[in-house]
Amino acid sequence: MRFAVTERDTALAEAAGEVLAKQAGAEQIRAGWPGGRTESVDAVWRTLAGVGVTGALVPENTDGNDLGLGLDENALPPLLETLGRSGLPVPAAETVAVGAPLLAAAGAPQLPSVLRGSALLTVSLAPDAPVPFAARADLIAVPHGDGLRLYPRDEVETEPVGSVDGSRLLARVHAPAGGGLLLAEGPDELAVVYRRGVLATAALLVGLAGRMLELTVAHVRERHQFGVPVGSFQAVKHALADVELAVRFARPAVLAAGWAQAAGDPETAVRTSMAKVLASEAARKAARTAIQCHGAMGYTTEYDLHLYAKRAWALAADWGGPTEHREFIARRLGIAGAAGIASEGADT
Amino acid sequence: MDLTWSPEEEEFRQEARGWLAANVPGNPLPSGDTREGFAAHLEWERTLFEARWSVVSWPEAYGGRDASLWQWLVFEDEYHRAGAPARVTQNGIFLLAPTVFAFGTQEQQRRILPRMAAAEDLWAQGWSEPGAGSDLAAIRSRAVRDEGAGGWRLTGQKTWTTRGAFCTHLFGLFRTDPEAERHRGLTYFLVPLDAPGVTVRGFERLDGDEGFAEVFLDDVLVPDADVLGGVGEGWRVAMATTGSERGLTLRSPGRFLHTADRLLDLARTKGPGAHRDRVVQSWIEAQAYELFTLEQVTSIVEGRQIGAESSLNKLFWSQLDIALHETANDLLGPEAEVDGPWSRGFLFSLAGPIYAGTNEIQRNIVAERLLGLPRR
Ligand SMILES: Cc1cc2nc3c(=O)[nH]c(=O)nc-3n(C[C@H](O)[C@H](O)[C@H](O)COP(=O)(O)OP(=O)(O)OC[C@H]3O[C@@H](n4cnc5c(N)ncnc54)[C@H](O)[C@@H]3O)c2cc1C
Repeated sequence: MRFAVTERDTALAEAAGEVLAKQAGAEQIRAGWPGGRTESVDAVWRTLAGVGVTGALVPENTDGNDLGLGLDENALPPLLETLGRSGLPVPAAETVAVGAPLLAAAGAPQLPSVLRGSALLTVSLAPDAPVPFAARADLIAVPHGDGLRLYPRDEVETEPVGSVDGSRLLARVHAPAGGGLLLAEGPDELAVVYRRGVLATAALLVGLAGRMLELTVAHVRERHQFGVPVGSFQAVKHALADVELAVRFARPAVLAAGWAQAAGDPETAVRTSMAKVLASEAARKAARTAIQCHGAMGYTTEYDLHLYAKRAWALAADWGGPTEHREFIARRLGIAGAAGIASEGADT
Repeated sequence: MDLTWSPEEEEFRQEARGWLAANVPGNPLPSGDTREGFAAHLEWERTLFEARWSVVSWPEAYGGRDASLWQWLVFEDEYHRAGAPARVTQNGIFLLAPTVFAFGTQEQQRRILPRMAAAEDLWAQGWSEPGAGSDLAAIRSRAVRDEGAGGWRLTGQKTWTTRGAFCTHLFGLFRTDPEAERHRGLTYFLVPLDAPGVTVRGFERLDGDEGFAEVFLDDVLVPDADVLGGVGEGWRVAMATTGSERGLTLRSPGRFLHTADRLLDLARTKGPGAHRDRVVQSWIEAQAYELFTLEQVTSIVEGRQIGAESSLNKLFWSQLDIALHETANDLLGPEAEVDGPWSRGFLFSLAGPIYAGTNEIQRNIVAERLLGLPRR
């Protein structure tokens, strides 16, 4: 028994963290919003790709490329938490956890450009739901017929949809009857793919929650009212202590889900759903508490907090919201009625 | 990350499981916070001791098995899963013993620990006083030097002392320097409850059991040999091990995992769907507590200090316990008020946010020490 991230997985997350600290500030996050200079986001993404982020789960030396690191799902929680914390508007879960390893397995010719960060890849397993980043992705994988299929963007019809988090660049995607490259099929394969996406999203949420807490702690230490820092008021302290509690108990659940996926643990499905429930709830609590503790400043778009909060709301609902995952666990535990429905792919 | 148990740990688990299956009383014992129940529990504690399961993590010389922290967790898990009786010796074993190991002289360790392991000496925690609860440093019970007798004379009152009416000994803090401010000038004493000048009065807790006691001390002579950790060092000595009370040692995950399993069983008997969202949330949180402790034990085993983090444990397990029981109440509907394991567990869960330092105090600690928010 050892409940700790390995050095290798930590090293990758730290390498990503260094890139992000240098290159990804609020400016880059804002650049991801409609009308923004997305090239500056892409530049950061390419640098991240260069340290191995995109190829984390891609086997080494696939097609002679040197960007596959050959890590397993244990690498996802620390890496995706770091990416989440940065707020960089990129399809991190979709590319790193889900898409890139599938492209590698399918021998997709686009793999090298995805790994280099020059082609933007997005994936969704939810039929009919708007697909994040589909408004600007070069490659889009969506469920079609028998499985998950990959299309170059000019082979599908995309219909942009506005989003609370503008940087999500949502679009509804209509795939043609034929074509596309089959990436995964059948409930078992799709379930593995789905769980990676859920895990990665849960890790992003833990990162976002931590970032919002950090911003708020800094703010309440500085902001004075009644002649004292507002962070010395107990109501504020206790609210933030509760956020810390939620984050500190979500993180181990996410790590455990990563381990379960890598180890093929029989409880993987339940562990993964648990992680998503705890991370989603923690991030939502962090968002509402952070906004409250900032006062009106937290309710502006000039200040950065809203960028993280909006991402948190989007991701809490994406890849199955907490209620949906609880419903799935209820069925697994034998306490749900026949009415229990979980999303496609979760039901395995 | 490796969440699998080693073959040695599995073997240890099997041994514990086998023994517990053969020895745990078939019918639940009456509450250990009643006189009759306490006696029944003592018999159980002695059975545990004779088979060397009462203090598995202690050295063999003191009645333990030298079990690692991991093995201890495994044992706790099996213990609760087997539905074994609550430990009426816990305040000695989990709260005093870590302090004796850390600060006691060899003489004290040899004298105190084996008898504690054997449930011959039963220890109560004498910290709180009528005027000093959360503000523990405000204690007024005092100890006055008696040079001639080679000891200290203790006078004052302790209260809310768990199972004080049935215990044989008390560990507590007393003011040895009346001039010193607050947490300075306190000393940690060990007091036999049959010493001349001690009066113990049991009284009822909210659940109707005589689980509390007031302990009155009137010029009680305590020899120097029963000072733990040095005169004037009481606060430091007491605080060094508060982590055990708030955190892992007092409340291992097994306890909540077991309650969560009982909750699932209850939910299954209530037909599909009843309150399932809350049932699942509570179940998830019980698993989360276990995962958090696995991470924490890894840290401890690898030599890191836990410190203020034990306040996170305390907040989480106490809230979890209430959620588990409130959810059970809703599943039970009109049956919820019937006296039984669920209603008793519910009443006791409400004490969780109070004892071992209230949750308000724990939130202050998290905010100030973990988040770095300013004190006032
Ligand atoms: C079941 C049970 C068993 C116990 N067993 C023992 C035992 O064996 N030995 C022993 O010594 N004691 C024991 N206690 C006592 C326990 O340690 C105290 O109850 C606890 O420390 C709180 O003190 P108090 O009851 O005086 O509450 P108070 O300190 O008076 O607090 C009352 C309320 O004010 C709040 N409050 C106080 N100070 C602050 C602050 N600074 N910031 C915010 N809120 C604050 C508290 O959180 C609480 O809500 C036990 C208590 C219970 C319920």
